[in-house]
Amino acid sequence: MTKKEMKNPRTAYGETLVRLGDIYQNLVVLDADLSKSTKTILFAKKFPQRFFEMGIAEANMISTAAGLASAGKLPFCSTFAVFATGRVYDQIRMDLAYSQANVKIFATHGGISVGKDGASHQMIEDISLMRVLPNMTVLAPSDYTQTSRIVELMAEHVGPMYARIGRADAPVLYSEEYIEHISLGKGMQVEDGDDATIIACGTMVDAAFDAHHLLKKKGLSVRVIDMHTIKPLDEQLVLKCAKQTGCIVTVEEHSIIGGLGSAVAEVLAEKNVGKTIRFRRMGINDTFCESGEPKDLLEKYRLNEKHVATQIQSMISN
Amino acid sequence: MTATDAKNIQTLELMAVKIRKHVIEMLYHAKSGHPGGSLSAVDALVTLYFSHMFHDPKKPDNPDRDRFILSKGHAAPALYAVLAESGYFSVKELIKLRTINCRLQGHPVCLYTPGVEASTGSLGHGLSFASGVALAGKLDKKSYHVYVMLGDGETNEGQIWEAAAAASHYKLDNLTALIDRNFLQIDGNTEEVLRLESVYDRWTAFGWNVVEIDGHDIREIEEALQNTDTHRNQPSVIILDTIKGKGVSFMENNVDFHGVPPNEMEYKLAIEELTRIEQKLRGR
Ligand SMILES: Cc1ncc(C[n+]2csc(CCOP(=O)(O)OP(=O)(O)O)c2C)c(N)n1
Repeated sequence: MTKKEMKNPRTAYGETLVRLGDIYQNLVVLDADLSKSTKTILFAKKFPQRFFEMGIAEANMISTAAGLASAGKLPFCSTFAVFATGRVYDQIRMDLAYSQANVKIFATHGGISVGKDGASHQMIEDISLMRVLPNMTVLAPSDYTQTSRIVELMAEHVGPMYARIGRADAPVLYSEEYIEHISLGKGMQVEDGDDATIIACGTMVDAAFDAHHLLKKKGLSVRVIDMHTIKPLDEQLVLKCAKQTGCIVTVEEHSIIGGLGSAVAEVLAEKNVGKTIRFRRMGINDTFCESGEPKDLLEKYRLNEKHVATQIQSMISN
Repeated sequence: MTATDAKNIQTLELMAVKIRKHVIEMLYHAKSGHPGGSLSAVDALVTLYFSHMFHDPKKPDNPDRDRFILSKGHAAPALYAVLAESGYFSVKELIKLRTINCRLQGHPVCLYTPGVEASTGSLGHGLSFASGVALAGKLDKKSYHVYVMLGDGETNEGQIWEAAAAASHYKLDNLTALIDRNFLQIDGNTEEVLRLESVYDRWTAFGWNVVEIDGHDIREIEEALQNTDTHRNQPSVIILDTIKGKGVSFMENNVDFHGVPPNEMEYKLAIEELTRIEQKLRGR
């Protein structure tokens, strides 16, 4: 895999919605006064009748979407990850998860790379919150191409789903020919390697990819998995990587509690890997973060390629 | 100092310009943040902190202090500037806004910044929080008053109306809400996003004492605060008729400056305009 130009996954979301609007006549989009940021504005311009501006009223947005779904519509709801999950948890729990409503929550501005707005806006608990809900599918696409495909898959699959992306532009990791390899519940091998495996999701796949190349220069061969679906988790792939490389590090722009790292840990602890493996979760270490430049924050909270590489090196050499 | 005579009013108006300049400086250096809603809130904040409220920067924890809660947390730059000029911390610290390892976070955090009463940024919480402080004041027979500023768009949130019902139910006459009625939120005009009118009738129907004034007229603000302080048996709400981006011509009523900081040229222009306003005030 090679990295190409920078493109914003949020744009992928907006553009894909516009494409899908022609295919699914029942597709409707709801937003809570953030349509310029989430890019649902692209859909609003093309299909004004099927776009509902809900104002700064997220709880109402979620339950309204459930009602729309019960009457045959295919609603996509968008706002920042922090307001799309924690702010509206009971609405999601009752009206979407418990009722198996065909509502898609697509959240932007996940993680700490949101930057200067600070901890109030840096959602690092959403994957965890959504993962514990029965019936909920949880997704964290990593780049422009994957985001486009995941949005299409969300429309195809019936049931409540949550997807989160970051705020910033991201390098395009996948060219068009990868699209057919993107399917829900299947992790994607980005780089091969035998010494260790990095399992990453969302914004951290890029850091994992760079860590792979840093370590390569030091003679280490590290596998990289893009685990865009956190629930249902690709357990077979986790076990295979554990058996073959004996060392697993998960990386996510999320709390180390309850997210991708926890999901992988649960599999490793309960399933028979057949040998002892070394394991580490990298993420936000049970703390609120702060305002700052995204790259400075990722350095301070140890979530960049350098820190991932250092972590793996120390695990392999011990 | 209360805003009753002309001389005091002029001093307060000059302070308002100074705060606006701070806001522009801070946002320019931070290269992010919210100019529009910070600038529209300045005159009310200045009246509260420099004329009306009982508070002491040297004793920020004084249990008898009046409280101010900024529910629309994205106007943090205006609050920080007012707190710094009041003496809660150094004015020099202001330009550190939004930088790493700094206590001036993008949105207010009560744990970090002296004078900040509540952590906000997720809209819709502040009126409930303020009601809690007011309820405690009643329980403890304290004479402090609680002020909370809401964005008009913010009142889309259902929680605001839960709080409106509760505050009226509990007859919280030691609570005054101020609504920054600038008619803009992010996606556009408040009436197009999700109609709010009649704001006056809504709050009246919820059992509140409602006052509507020019939110940039310091004398009117002070008078309204004095009147609502003494109003009994009902919470009060002051609808501040304001202009988003007030004080900088190209930011005024311009939704594009909701969450985008000035670039270098805009920064210089803004400071020039504010300096001219300042000179005009001094010459009066
Ligand atoms: C719960 C919540 N939803 C969304 C946002 C994002 N947001 C920040 S400011 C804003 C618009 C606020 O409009 P208004 O209350 O009118 O404030 P003002 O125009 O005075 O800036 C929105 C939607 C938020 N901070 N909190």
